[in-house]
Amino acid sequence: MSGHTDMVLVDENGLRIDGRTAEQHRPFKVEAGVLNNADGSAYVEIGKNKVLAAVYGPRECHPRHLQNPTKAIVQCKYNMQSFSVSDRKRPGPDRRSIEISKIISEALEKVVLTELYPRASIDVYIEILQANAGTRCAGLTAASVALADAGIPMRDIVPALAAGKADGHVLLDLNKEEDNYGQADVPIAIIPSTDEIVLLQMDGNMTREEFDHGIEMAVAGCHELHELQKDALKRRYSKKAEEGSE
Amino acid sequence: MTEMMSEIKRDHMMKMLEDGKRLDGRGVTDVREIKVITDVIESADGSARVKMGKTEVIAGVKIIPGTPFPDTPNIGVLTTGAELIPMAHPTFESGPPGEDAIELARVVDRGIRESGMVDVEALCIVPGEEVWMCFVDIYALDYDGNLFDAANLAAVCALKSATIPGEQYGKGENKPLPITCTPISITEVKIGNTLIVDPNFDEEQISTARLTVTTDDVGNFRAMQKGGCGSITLDELSLCLDRAVEKGAEIRKIIG
Repeated sequence: MSGHTDMVLVDENGLRIDGRTAEQHRPFKVEAGVLNNADGSAYVEIGKNKVLAAVYGPRECHPRHLQNPTKAIVQCKYNMQSFSVSDRKRPGPDRRSIEISKIISEALEKVVLTELYPRASIDVYIEILQANAGTRCAGLTAASVALADAGIPMRDIVPALAAGKADGHVLLDLNKEEDNYGQADVPIAIIPSTDEIVLLQMDGNMTREEFDHGIEMAVAGCHELHELQKDALKRRYSKKAEEGSE
Repeated sequence: MTEMMSEIKRDHMMKMLEDGKRLDGRGVTDVREIKVITDVIESADGSARVKMGKTEVIAGVKIIPGTPFPDTPNIGVLTTGAELIPMAHPTFESGPPGEDAIELARVVDRGIRESGMVDVEALCIVPGEEVWMCFVDIYALDYDGNLFDAANLAAVCALKSATIPGEQYGKGENKPLPITCTPISITEVKIGNTLIVDPNFDEEQISTARLTVTTDDVGNFRAMQKGGCGSITLDELSLCLDRAVEKGAEIRKIIG
């Protein structure tokens, strides 16, 4: 969010460098059931972000001291692959991915019916194959589809999307340039049936009006993304049903 | 940071909150008494020891010359770290920072960085070659809840008191670290359907969601972080933002 650039991010017609208007998100793609070994999996693209999520569990919780006798815990590991960014990323968890893993775990724990699986762990692995601003949102969006694909009982499927600010305009779903040279980024995740917020971060500089406008756009975008999440699961299970009837 | 709590105490706290009361006698938006002492460590270039009620935190700043990052050759370096040392609470363990400490440090860092509190461009010594690197390290000393705001306050006060040690390194005169504003974070947690400001340890234990909101001198938002396994509604978010602006201004007045 350094905000130092001569680059015009929003032109005089209100169009962004990738041709979108302020309220437009990048193209979404959601697929469920894309891996064999995992109990559930999903693939999500938000623009140039390419993200895989896999779910294992409920299964025995390791390390055991993390076990909760009253409910399952959701353990998410968010990982960026070394070739996912323009410079090579050093493999292994850094402080950023540890923080993202924590907040995604917490967001998912709200929707998973963890009380059904005391002492168990539900392990969620998010791998960022290609990053272009918005990987935590794409990762969480994929993870909740993967959880549903694994047949884990949930209150709802969580979509996540960011709003932000660049060139003084409040924008939906920032791309890399807007994220790097813009003035604010607000990723959120919601429970679509109630509009409750399960993930919220913000950095940059926003007035109350700008923030409220951004949240409104991000919530609307999340609802669109949620339709695609449901659609991906329907496609996945209609295919399964056909296979079964043969 | 979890510990068992008796159900009778939990129920009692919940019941009191329904009437807008807290076990320690505070109202829902009351911040505990804040005590700040700066320049407590002579070996540091800036330092502050902060008490919020029974939570106590120390922050120290070290400023040393170093090489700039290649993509920002004329800009100084600013990093924030935090450690939850075993001295501060029986549930804290020694070893490298865990996810709680990392989240704490990153949320404090975001408020300081995004508000532009430190004028990092003024930390350039020789463009492309040498800049001042400013390390803020925060240690929890005594933990009774709300480390986020105590750590933010300690870091901010330590930075405000910091001096660039030019003479020590033969880089000109000593001068104050250039400061542009005072970012203040306000953390609230949700217990049942009530949001309370500046939670103590027991309140954190029975809370479901946490929201930290950092504002600048004019009341704009500079950083936010939601934590915890619960959710917050849009109306609750709005309430938190109002309170963050109001309480932030109050605290800014206290620390001057």
